[in-house]
Amino acid sequence: MGYGELWGATHVELLAAAWATLQLAFGALVIGLIVGLLVALARLSGNRAMRRAALYYIELFRGTPALVQLFIVYFSLTEIGVHFSSFQAAMIGLGLNAAAYLAEIYRAGLEAVPKGQVEAAKAIGMARHNVLRWVVLPQAIRIVLAPIGNVAISLLKDTSVASLIAAPDLMLRAQDLSSVYFMPLEIYILVGAIYFALCYPLSLAVRMLERRTRH
Amino acid sequence: MFDTTALNKAIEMLPYFLNVLGIGALTTIGLTAAAFAVAALLGFCLALMRLSRSRILSLIASLYLEVFRNIPILTQLFILYFGLTYIGITLPAIGAAIIGFGLNGAAILSEVFRSSIRTIDRGQSEAAFSIGMTRSLAMRMIVLPQAFKVAIPGMANFAIGLLKDTSLASAAAVPELTFKAKMLVSETYQTNLIYFLLATIYLILSLVLSHWAARTERRLKVVKEN
Amino acid sequence: MAESTPLVRIEGLHKSFGSLDVLKGIDLNVQQGQKISLIGPSGSGKTTLLRCVNYLEEPTQGNIYIDDKLIGQRLAGTRKVPMSDKELARMRAEIGMVFQRFNLFPHLSVLENIILGPLKVQQRNRAEAVELAEDLLNKVGMFAKRDAFPEQLSGGQQQRIAIARALAMKPKLMLFDEATSALDPELVGEVLGVMRRLAEEGMTMIIVTHEMRFAESVSDQVIFMADGNIVEQGPPRQIFRESQIERTRSFIRAVQEH
Repeated sequence: MGYGELWGATHVELLAAAWATLQLAFGALVIGLIVGLLVALARLSGNRAMRRAALYYIELFRGTPALVQLFIVYFSLTEIGVHFSSFQAAMIGLGLNAAAYLAEIYRAGLEAVPKGQVEAAKAIGMARHNVLRWVVLPQAIRIVLAPIGNVAISLLKDTSVASLIAAPDLMLRAQDLSSVYFMPLEIYILVGAIYFALCYPLSLAVRMLERRTRH
Repeated sequence: MFDTTALNKAIEMLPYFLNVLGIGALTTIGLTAAAFAVAALLGFCLALMRLSRSRILSLIASLYLEVFRNIPILTQLFILYFGLTYIGITLPAIGAAIIGFGLNGAAILSEVFRSSIRTIDRGQSEAAFSIGMTRSLAMRMIVLPQAFKVAIPGMANFAIGLLKDTSLASAAAVPELTFKAKMLVSETYQTNLIYFLLATIYLILSLVLSHWAARTERRLKVVKEN
Repeated sequence: MAESTPLVRIEGLHKSFGSLDVLKGIDLNVQQGQKISLIGPSGSGKTTLLRCVNYLEEPTQGNIYIDDKLIGQRLAGTRKVPMSDKELARMRAEIGMVFQRFNLFPHLSVLENIILGPLKVQQRNRAEAVELAEDLLNKVGMFAKRDAFPEQLSGGQQQRIAIARALAMKPKLMLFDEATSALDPELVGEVLGVMRRLAEEGMTMIIVTHEMRFAESVSDQVIFMADGNIVEQGPPRQIFRESQIERTRSFIRAVQEH
């Protein structure tokens, strides 16, 4: 069977699984963006215990593999009575993982806003919350867009790890189809092409963003 | 209330767990080191190709980068594994893993190298040219030694990422840390303790790696001051 | 009296960066032993002209001959093709350049900076190279710092070492690209002193500079450039004191007001 025929036979299932992968990545991104914000706020808070906790969180999730984190969310939590489906566990695990990186991205974005601007705003009598809203945040948001884009691309690729806890993503579907058609190499190459088709446009977009923020 | 017999049983098995996981950790470290070497060598070549004045070489390198950076590494490992079998090469799983992580890592490291070379001020090359150095001599004696120091943080970050990524080799039954942990879990069902140990060992390994990199960077600066 | 072949011969030199024309047709000869100063407002093209001489900039049009040999390009039949990197490096080895920002190699000591060329490019043995370097260090007054690293030195000290580094290659010609413009005022004198001594010893020098008094006292010829053209060329007295060209006079007036 050639690639064309194989694609004809499998594309419906593969594209459905790709859609599941996109949902998984998107869900994880949303979780990551929200939790990351909380962690970033804790990191910058006045409370030393909160700062410590945030630092530990970041160290923990950045110092251990995503796969191990998925294992713990899916398998370990079951022991204390928390049951997630593999898909849910993957989304949560990947989301919490992304949150650690996003927290640092938020922090770097805030710190990259030139201090002179904050001082100038305060010097003309702007209240603190207005300085934040009108001077710091708009610029910080522009700065973090590209790094967040990179996290999104990484998440898309990391969803493949979910297959190792049997979450119904593209890689798992590829595994199934391999045993149906006995053409694992061709199937994984098709799957690779699908991932490429998903990630490459995103990389181009992020690169454009990076070029724009440099000016 | 608190099941002390289960807890005791778990603690009894601790030495056994640590033993098995320890061996797995050694495999992980070895796998990481070998893949790093492959990635560094190939990545360096790719960086030079990207920086070269030949548009063909530059294009080939860019294509390589795009392909390997937009496909998940797990997929790359599977393609490599089945691809090798298809063309009749039987490698032990760990060999395929070293190649797979190395090929993927080369794409990442080549960008680290390329950007660190580009941070070296053009005036340095011009000064080298002005005393009669050819491009390659100037690169070897002036640009690369300086670029190397600049590249250390990037290389360290890559190494830590690589260490974590090797956990994926467990899917190919490579007897590294994560694989050993899964084995222990299926053997003894002590899920929580084992995964806790697993996470801790990875944490220790990545912390050691980042401290070592920071120390190396500092040492290179001090040597110069003498 | 018969004129010997000029050491540097520039014919019809044009250089554009994209749509910006920086050099609009330069013809210039430099005889052996001559000291030529290039002066003019920023943007006049004087640095670009200098950098074309050792082919750090590629001319858009025109030819530059060093000792009657075309630099950077060679003739293949009637076409001009780029010279090989090795050939170009060989020609550059005979031309020394001193940069505005010194460009010393930070990962090497002062001594290593100077012996690098003789050692790796001219294949001298180490003892020979070190002896040569130490002589030069004495000449520029920096012998005591031979084991120091560039970042430990002041700008004036670094520039003197940069001059020694260029001289270590025993060049026929020395190019100075605003050698003192990046120095604190009190350090300018020590570098100009080294340049003056070099001039007195007979080195052929092309000097891009803003130091007018130095240019007047050291040069055989002064060239005033503006907008990519040579406006006027002549002995120092003509340019600085007796110019008949208004453009030159207003420039000289403007710089002497300081």
